[in-house]
Amino acid sequence: MELYNSGIIEALDLMDSGEVSPEELLDAVFQRINSVEDKVKAFVTVTKDRAYEMLDEAKGERGALRCIPLAIKDNICIRGIPTTCSSRILKNFIPPYESTVTKRLKEEGYLLVGKTNLDEFAMGSSTENSGFHTTRNPWATDRVPGGSSGGSTAAVAAGECLAALGSDTGGSIRQPAAFCGVVGLKPTYGRVSRFGLVAFASSLDQIGPITKNVADAALLLGIISGHDPSDSTSAPLHVKDYTALLSEGIRDIKVGIPKEYFIEGLDPEVESAVKDSIRHLGSLGCSVKEISLPHTGYAVATYYILATSEASSNLARYDGVKYGFRAESKDLLEMYRETRAQGFGAEVKRRIMLGTYALSAGYYEAFYRKAQQVRTLIKEDFDNAFREVDIIITPTTPTTAFRIGEKISDPLQMYLNDIFTISVNLAGLPAISIPCGFDSKGLPIGLQLIGRAFDEESILKVAHQYEQSTEWYKRRPPL
Amino acid sequence: MRISREEVEHIALLARLRLTDEEKDLYSEQLSNILDYIEKLNELDTSHVEPTSHVIPISNVFREDTPVESLGVDEALGNAPDRSDPFYRVPRIIE
Repeated sequence: MELYNSGIIEALDLMDSGEVSPEELLDAVFQRINSVEDKVKAFVTVTKDRAYEMLDEAKGERGALRCIPLAIKDNICIRGIPTTCSSRILKNFIPPYESTVTKRLKEEGYLLVGKTNLDEFAMGSSTENSGFHTTRNPWATDRVPGGSSGGSTAAVAAGECLAALGSDTGGSIRQPAAFCGVVGLKPTYGRVSRFGLVAFASSLDQIGPITKNVADAALLLGIISGHDPSDSTSAPLHVKDYTALLSEGIRDIKVGIPKEYFIEGLDPEVESAVKDSIRHLGSLGCSVKEISLPHTGYAVATYYILATSEASSNLARYDGVKYGFRAESKDLLEMYRETRAQGFGAEVKRRIMLGTYALSAGYYEAFYRKAQQVRTLIKEDFDNAFREVDIIITPTTPTTAFRIGEKISDPLQMYLNDIFTISVNLAGLPAISIPCGFDSKGLPIGLQLIGRAFDEESILKVAHQYEQSTEWYKRRPPL
Repeated sequence: MRISREEVEHIALLARLRLTDEEKDLYSEQLSNILDYIEKLNELDTSHVEPTSHVIPISNVFREDTPVESLGVDEALGNAPDRSDPFYRVPRIIE
């Protein structure tokens, strides 16, 4: 196997046994970036100099990520490195502070390979909304990698890093993980500090790992989780050693299959791969039963009111005064309007408009409050289901990766692509997407496992044991 | 649900956005379509449902009133498009 295709734990073993040196590993990753990045375009900024500086500091240290090259989504602040959110409005922004997640990775000795591309401000499902360029799916470069963390998932799939961090507001880790054939975990809301994550929709955003296998995701989750005084919504709960729990028995785990997720519009090849996987889990000893999440059909509508409302408020800070781009004007109001007109792309403006409308006088009750009430119903669906089952399994996406340009002119069609991932954010639950097959075009298919709040353990265990009894996760794109 | 061009202009002002004529027409049509889809929420009777603003129960979070290090002026203003230490500088507001 090529060194750049190794996961974190494999690479740690290779370095610990002396078979591979940290330099050789880092060199292999940058050689890989050199040879495939033109085709994949996963990065906004490649930080080669920083990576080798960090290598000098980390060598000989004993952190859990000693000399492991990782990529970070470009909406997570790293002190002294440009953080753009793939937006023209933040093109030259250099954070004067460090996010909590990257601070924790640094304490464990990781090496920063680069900052990855995303849909501008994480708003999108394809990276086509990036203000800079569209990332390509490594499995088929005329197709999207998914989004918004498409740069991170493409970089992991292409071997341009060992693993990455992404963020997930409505599926932005899981959907691109499914499209790129990698593992993507959205932790429970509150599990991971959001300090230093550029805010999109604060009641939904969560940072999580994107990896080549489930054990690596468990390792990274353990490192980035836990209470942080800088984020009042981070939960003051004990963080388990997830890696140690992966091999525990799954025989008494009850799996629920929600009938509302097997609907018209679900690609037959995706459906058949997911159903095969469910049967396979049965053979591993899990008990499987059909359940109902009756308000599933309302999740996309609820999300596009709540997320855009929160975004319209959060993005008010980009006014050309404190940081980022400013359009010159003699008048303050004109300066604001020109700065935002030139700095934001079409999808960001569309969402700011929708959110501003939903929060404006006379519409607040009809839209925002209504959506918050439906959010309660969606959360109660899960509360009821988790009285009967321990985890819920669904397809991650209704289809495999679509073509670049296929959905960009119809925002609603693009939004509906997130139909299976959005409810999880509204309910604040943890969920993981893992590879579970390929369609006839050779494109990866993702299986989503959803757990109870703060029970990442159960979905990781089942995902790990499923993964290790299949071969899907071993396939790499033919770049 | 129709969002007129005038409404689009009003929302754009509230959102501090300047839109081109082309964008006004496009957003008028696209926002109307999206809101038509969102109308489906009205199929549900929510008259007795409490709204959820946050999924985890959070009350006030307090900390000890002890000073901690904060950003210096240079760092805090380091990304400003225009500055006049120790302030941000903006176009004239008062005539």
